[in-house]
Parts: sequence; structure tokens; C-alpha cells
Amino acid sequence: MSLLEVEHLRVEFATEDGAVIAVKDVSFTLEAGEILALVGESGCGKSVTAMSIPRLLSGDDLTLGGSVRLNGVDLAALSERQMQEIRGKEISVVFQEPMTSLNPAYTVGHQIGEVLRRHEGLSRRQATARAIDLLELVGIPDPRRRVQSFPHQLSGGMRQRVMIAIAVACQPKVLLADEPTTALDVTVQAGVLDVIQNLRDSLGTAVILITHDLGVVADVADRVVVMYSGRRVEQAPVQAIFSRPQHPYTVGLLGALPARAVTQGGRRRLTEIPGMVPPPTSDPDECQFHSRCPRATSACTLERPPLGEVADGHLVACYHPGPGGHSAR
Amino acid sequence: MHGDDDSAVLEVTGLKKHYHSGSRLHGGRHVVRAVDGVDLTIGAGEVLGLVGESGSGKSTIGKCVVRLTVPTAGTMRLLGRDISSLSRREMRPLRRDVHIVFQDPYSSLNPRMSVGEIVGEPLRQHGEGTRRERDGRVGEMLERVGLRQQMRLRYPHELSGGQRQRVALARALILGPRLVVADEPVSALDVSVQASIVNLLLDLQRDMGFSCLFITHDLSVVEFISDRVAVMYLGRIVETASRADLFKDPQHPYTQALLSAAPVADPASSRRSSRIVLTGDVPSPSAPPPGCPFHTRCPVAVPRCSTEVPPLVGVTSAEHPVACHLVTPEDGGPDASQGEVTSVHHPS
Amino acid sequence: MSNPFNPPTIAGAAEAGSPEAAVLEPARRWRRLRQRFLRRRMAIIGLAFVLLFLLLALMGPLVAGDPSEQHFDAVLQGPSFAHPMGTDDLGRDVFARIAGGARVSLLAGVCSTALAMLVGVPVGLVAGFYRGWVDPIIMRLNDVMLAFPFLIFAVGLAAILGASLRNVIIALAVAQFPAVLRIARGEALMLREQDFLAGAIADGTRDAAIIARYVLPNSLNALIVQATVAIPAAIIGEATLSFLGLGVQPPTPSWGVMLTHAQPYLAQAPLLALFPGLAIALVTLGFNLLGDGLRDVLDPRSGR
Repeated sequence: MSLLEVEHLRVEFATEDGAVIAVKDVSFTLEAGEILALVGESGCGKSVTAMSIPRLLSGDDLTLGGSVRLNGVDLAALSERQMQEIRGKEISVVFQEPMTSLNPAYTVGHQIGEVLRRHEGLSRRQATARAIDLLELVGIPDPRRRVQSFPHQLSGGMRQRVMIAIAVACQPKVLLADEPTTALDVTVQAGVLDVIQNLRDSLGTAVILITHDLGVVADVADRVVVMYSGRRVEQAPVQAIFSRPQHPYTVGLLGALPARAVTQGGRRRLTEIPGMVPPPTSDPDECQFHSRCPRATSACTLERPPLGEVADGHLVACYHPGPGGHSAR
Repeated sequence: MHGDDDSAVLEVTGLKKHYHSGSRLHGGRHVVRAVDGVDLTIGAGEVLGLVGESGSGKSTIGKCVVRLTVPTAGTMRLLGRDISSLSRREMRPLRRDVHIVFQDPYSSLNPRMSVGEIVGEPLRQHGEGTRRERDGRVGEMLERVGLRQQMRLRYPHELSGGQRQRVALARALILGPRLVVADEPVSALDVSVQASIVNLLLDLQRDMGFSCLFITHDLSVVEFISDRVAVMYLGRIVETASRADLFKDPQHPYTQALLSAAPVADPASSRRSSRIVLTGDVPSPSAPPPGCPFHTRCPVAVPRCSTEVPPLVGVTSAEHPVACHLVTPEDGGPDASQGEVTSVHHPS
Repeated sequence: MSNPFNPPTIAGAAEAGSPEAAVLEPARRWRRLRQRFLRRRMAIIGLAFVLLFLLLALMGPLVAGDPSEQHFDAVLQGPSFAHPMGTDDLGRDVFARIAGGARVSLLAGVCSTALAMLVGVPVGLVAGFYRGWVDPIIMRLNDVMLAFPFLIFAVGLAAILGASLRNVIIALAVAQFPAVLRIARGEALMLREQDFLAGAIADGTRDAAIIARYVLPNSLNALIVQATVAIPAAIIGEATLSFLGLGVQPPTPSWGVMLTHAQPYLAQAPLLALFPGLAIALVTLGFNLLGDGLRDVLDPRSGR
């Protein structure tokens, strides 16, 4: 049994223009102490997938399908009160924009301590002492002074570290990090990524890292799930994704990176992925990528390609897998 | 083919832009030194990449160059003419020669105008041709940026981010400017869309021959697109070099840190590589530290750095000026990775 | 604890409707706006009230007859088939006078608002667009005017100008001017920070054209919403002025004048005061409901 098992997750929103199927069918498992990256471009459903794990999506216009199990317990079966016990204690979340996630009216020490007092019943004094330890853990210099700071007195990188400190205060088993470094500068980003990696190393926290940045993935992830249009199209250990990508979409994403520019007709060029993501309003039984795919054949439009294993732990949903840029057509 | 024309398209010297912030009532006003003495030159047909992190002042330079804001001090020569103190009215005819593309394609196009109107607006404002001639040029320009002619009837909210950025490019280029300021033009786009816009910009640049000030925080894009690169930190340029030199032999400790921090999409090379982790944060531009602006975070700083501002001079080569006291003609820049790296605390 | 995890959820979900795929045609946009409006029941009720009174104002004499015709043989009558709302102390048909009053009310409401906008919008947009030294002067003067309550200001002005429909309109327009100016300036202030405005400057667009083609069209939604708030306020203003004898003079029918006339007969014929009062309440309610609906549809950011 894995720590976290997500099976056939489906998330549908009713909107004024009809149903939007943000997540069509996503399954994956997460082991203790593992950093799993969910990668994809905007609209692929990666954030929605992650947010539905601790049941943070709510509303009348929402339809959920599939199951999420933490240590074998189906989270959908829990009451909202039981779920609140799990959030912050077993599963916690770090968002992209730390300023809007922190309460400007309280010191960071108070906000870290609040989680501890609620979940672990610590006294105010004990909570403050732990808050100082946590600030030190996430690499904030002079934590004794910083514990008295208000969010606006901290820089973006510091705030994100505080968010991580709050998230790991109760030593959760799973940390969901939704684009945690996207709003930060590169020199600051490196430090925050180090903190996440160190938490995994020292506390054994399993991390789901949601990002669009393949550089970040290469830096910290152990395993990668590539999402496209609400589905998992490829999953592999991190080395395999970068050295032997199989799905043409993954190949395209990697090729589009400026570092992998090719020379064409005497000019250096980036490899483009033509076309656009299909609208999330329908889910026909075909490969969703076929209209943009250089390898597409008639088979791709007849039936959705199943996820098949091409190597140990390397799954791909494609009839024409392979690392090559352009083949059949 | 680049830089064969001797006269610079843009020549900026001693540029400063200071803002006043805070109110007189609450603890007095202070001055934000967004840009604090910048020199740069862009030759004909040259792409200069201006790299820096948020708050470095790189976007403010772009705004000054297209005169969306008035510089506090310094001169800016566009095709030899000083535009730094021209009035809006005097500046207007010169706007044929310089235009700008913004980062956010969702706020840079007037939502109440059709694509055709947006792209044709510069022609109309400069009184070019008849309505019919303008329509013809708009159609041509749309095709050049890879949009169908029928797009002219669409409105911005009907377009994707990539399409909008193409419209923004068409509008910036329709008068055939000599200089285009591109302020993070691909940062808001997905990787696959980003690739197509970068390709398009480079194709158009080579075909039309305009010079480009390409402002970005993304080193990989800069490495791909620029002929020369200038690195900014806290309102100043700390290093300028050709693309090859800068990426092969970064001399300023900040440049070295920036290059080492940028994640590389290759797990084999990026992991465990010796990364220069900078401590602390970028100081506020309203209270820049004395001496070298980088000394508060520099791993190899010496006492002199906190008192004396290093000038931007070419020590190893006139083509590769660096603003650092530690650059020597023999050894080049200091090795920042050898510095006493007071890295992040990692209690195990 | 206030759950820090909750805020971004639904926003994040909306993002999932990929922007790359969100391609709407103009016709569809209109249909969507209409659908969004039609889904708001209160807004439809408001629109119905407004249209009802508009119809009454336009076709009043045709449907209800002459509001000034006196029948001394039938004074202070209750509702009947011949006089659906009864007659007043001079035997005039109350329904005809309500219809005639609707004309005066709407005329005063719409014209004074239009006049206030005609002057206030350009001044506000220019002040907000240029800032500089003009803006604080205009805004301080504006604050002085805003310091007086709307009605008291209008009453004072009407007293100075003298009683007539034209002067009522002028007084109400002047009293509305500060609010309009404030809204227009706020819009211009917000729009001048937008990249598309910087783009227009980079195009080489003249300032007048920027204000006319960029600032004004983009502030239209907020101004329309403001108008639906201003018109009912002006209608009440007209009724108040007329009630005080500072507005429309008899025999021209006006709801305010009707209320004055009804006053001595409150004990004998309470309905005489009820109908004009009801008319004022309903038309005001109608405009307010309509305004709320339009605000939701056109200008979501000013909502709550």
C-alpha cells in the first residue's frame, strides 16, 4: 500500500458555458519520502488535481469522481470535521502567492503557532518555541527576531519560507506545493527548493510538486507525472523523462526549451508545438493530443491510447511512443 | 550581419530614475532609486538582453527608453537625437522609430478595439496613407506575425495569450521602428507558446533589421535570443558582455550566482552541481547599501566593497566591462563559488 | 482557525478552463451578457417597473386623458371605472396626473443626470488622466461640494435659481456633479496604469484621442451603473423640490406637487397621497434593481 493513492480522479465544474472537465482521469501513487512532480501547461488540470486531494475544492457546481486514499483511508468518506483534522496535520499545502495566503494582521510566529495549538494542543509558550525552531528549519536567519515579524515586513522568499514552515509545523506526511517558486526570483527560488528537499531528507515528508518549470522538476523531483488536457500522458522516474521521453507532448515540451534549440536553415530555432489545447468541455474517445502531434495516425482518433509500460516504472499513453522528435506521418 | 552599422541606434548614459514614495505625513517621503546610473548602447540590428531579478530596475529602463516616463537624470540618444527631455508633443514624431511590447498580453491591448484597429492605430496616429491603404498594411502585418487576415475583426478577449502577443508584436512593428523594447514578452506564456513567440520575434528581427532591447529575468531565453547581455542589480548594470563571453566567463559574482541558480532541465547536470546560494534578500532600492550594491549578499566581498562603488569598466577586455573591485587583468573575475558560502541552515 | 487553505480553490478551478481555449465570438458575448442579466430575477422586475413608467410617460395623455381637465362635479372621488385612481380636490383624474407626473419625473431624472455626466465625465477623466496640479484642486473643490447632502444642496440651488422645471434640472445636475466626477476620475486613475494605455502613448496617440478612444470606452460600464443610481436619486430630488414648491409649478402635474395638494385632505382622501407616493417608490425601486443587475453583469469588480 502506498502512502497516497489517487485513482481515476475526475473533476467537473458546471459553468455558464456548460461543463468544464478540468480533470478527466488521473491516477497516481505517492510513496513516503518521495518528491513527485505534476507537470503541465496552464489548463492541464495539475492544480485542480492537487487541490482535490485534501478536498479543497467545493461548491454546488462541482462534480468529483474517483477516489483518494491516504494510508488506505478513503478521504471522500470522511466528514468535513474529520477532514479538517487531516488538513494541516497529515496533508498540507503551500501556494504560489505567499502574500495572499498569510494573514497580514498577525505575526508569523502567531500564525505558525496557531496550527500547533490547534492540532497538537501546545501552549502559547511551547508553540512560540516550536515556531522559532521551524523558522530555523526553513532557513530564516535570526528566527528569534523574525518570529515577531508581520508578513509585510518580509520579502517574497521569506514569506514563502514562512508558508512552508506553517505547512510542515505538524510534520505532515504529504506536502502539496503548488508552483511554490513561480513568484520568486531565481536566486531565491534555489534556496526555497533546497528547503523542500531538506524537509524530505530530514522529516521524510512526501511532496507533490506542481509546476510548469521543467528546470525545477529536474532539480528536485524523483518521479514525474506529465499531464495534458486533464489526463496523465506520461509518468517516469525523473532521469527517464529527460533522457528518454516517450510521449510526443513530453518530447515537445522539452524541445521547446531554449537550451534545446536546434539549427534550421542556418537559424537557431526553438521547437514549437503547433496548435492549441483542446477545449476542456468535451472528452471524446481519442488521443487529445492528436491534432498537434507530428506522429498522429488514424489510430489516434479511433480510440484513446491506454497507459502502457515501456520500461520499468515508465508509463506512456501513446500509440507511437519514443524519444524521437518527428517520425511517422 | 549585426552591428555592422557604426552609429548606435540607442545610446544611454548616466540614466537615473528616482521615484518618491510614502507620504509626507507618515514618516516622510523617501526616494526609490529604481535606476541609478546606467550606461548602455544598442547597435543597429543588435539584440541586447537586459537581465535582472524583480526590483532591479530593468523594466524602468524600458519605460524610460520609450519615454513612457521621464528620466530623473542622464541622456538617451535615439538615432543620435537626445530624447531624454522631449515633451510628449516633441516625442510624438519619433515614436515611429521606437515601440514596446509588454509582458502581460491580457492588459496590453485595448479591450474595446478590434485587432484590426489595434494594429492600425500607429498608422492612423501618424497619418499614414488612406484608410484603404492602412487596412492593406494591417492585413500584411497580421500575416507576417502568423495570424490570419480574418483575425482583424476579433476582439482581444477572444484570443489566446499567444495570439494576443502576436497582435502586440504586429502593432509594435507596423511603422517599421528601428528599436523595439520587449519587456518580458514571453514570461506570461506557456513553454510551448513561448517557443513560437521567441522564434517569431527572432525571424522578424532578422527580416526587418530592427534593434531590440530584450528585458527578461529568464536566462535561458536571453542566452537564446541576445547578441549581447547586460546584467542588472539594484538599479545598476554590473556586467555587460557578448552572449558567448557572459555565459562562458561570467566575472561578476552576481552573474555567477544567477547562472548557477538557474535550474537546468537536465537532472544529471543540475543536481549536486555546486550551486552558489546567495544569502539574504535584495536590499530595498529606497535604501541601497553604500559601496557595491551587491556586497550585502556577495560571497567574496572584501571590506573595500562596502565603502567604494565599483565602476563598470573593462578590465580583462574593453568589450566585457564588469563593476567589481575583485576583477583583475590576470585572473578575470573572482570565483564566487569559492567564497565563504554561508548557505542556508540545514539542521538534519 | 480561519482556514488558510480555502481562498484560492474556486479561482483556481476557473483557471482550469484553459485561456487558450476560451475563444468567444462577439455575438456570443452579447448573448452571454443577456443571459447573465436574464438570470437575475430582481433585475428583470426592476426593468419592468422602469419600462412601465416610461410607457406611462410617453403615452400618458393618450391612455389616461388630460391631467389638467377639471370636473367640479366629481371632486375627491375614490377609484371608479371612469377614474381608476379617483379624482383630486379639483376633480382632476389622478391616474392622468400620475402619468403626467411620470413624464416630469423621468425628464428631470434623465436630463439632470445626462447634464451632470456631460460636464462631470470629461472633467473627471481629464483630472484622473493628467493628475498633476489640476487634479488636487478639482478634487478639493469636489470634496467641498460633496460635504453638502445631495438634497440640501439641490434645495438651496433651486431656491436661488427660482421655481421651474428647467431650474430643477439644473439644480439637480449641479448637485449630482460631484459624484459623477468622482467616479469618472477613479476610472481614469485606474485605466492610466493599464499597459494598453502605455501602448497607446507608444503608438504616438494624441492625448485627446487617448481619452476619447481608450479611457472613455473602458469606463463606460461603470458610468452606466452610476447613471442607474443617479436617476432615481434625481427623481426623488425633483419630487422633493416640487413638494416644497421650489420645482414644477401647478398646473403641470408632478408627483411632488400632487403630494403637496394631497396634504390637506389626508383624513378625507388618503388615497390621494398614496398613489404619487407609490409611484415615487416604485420607479426608484425599479431603477435601483435594474442598476444592481447591470452592475453585476457589466462591472463585476465594483460589486461586493
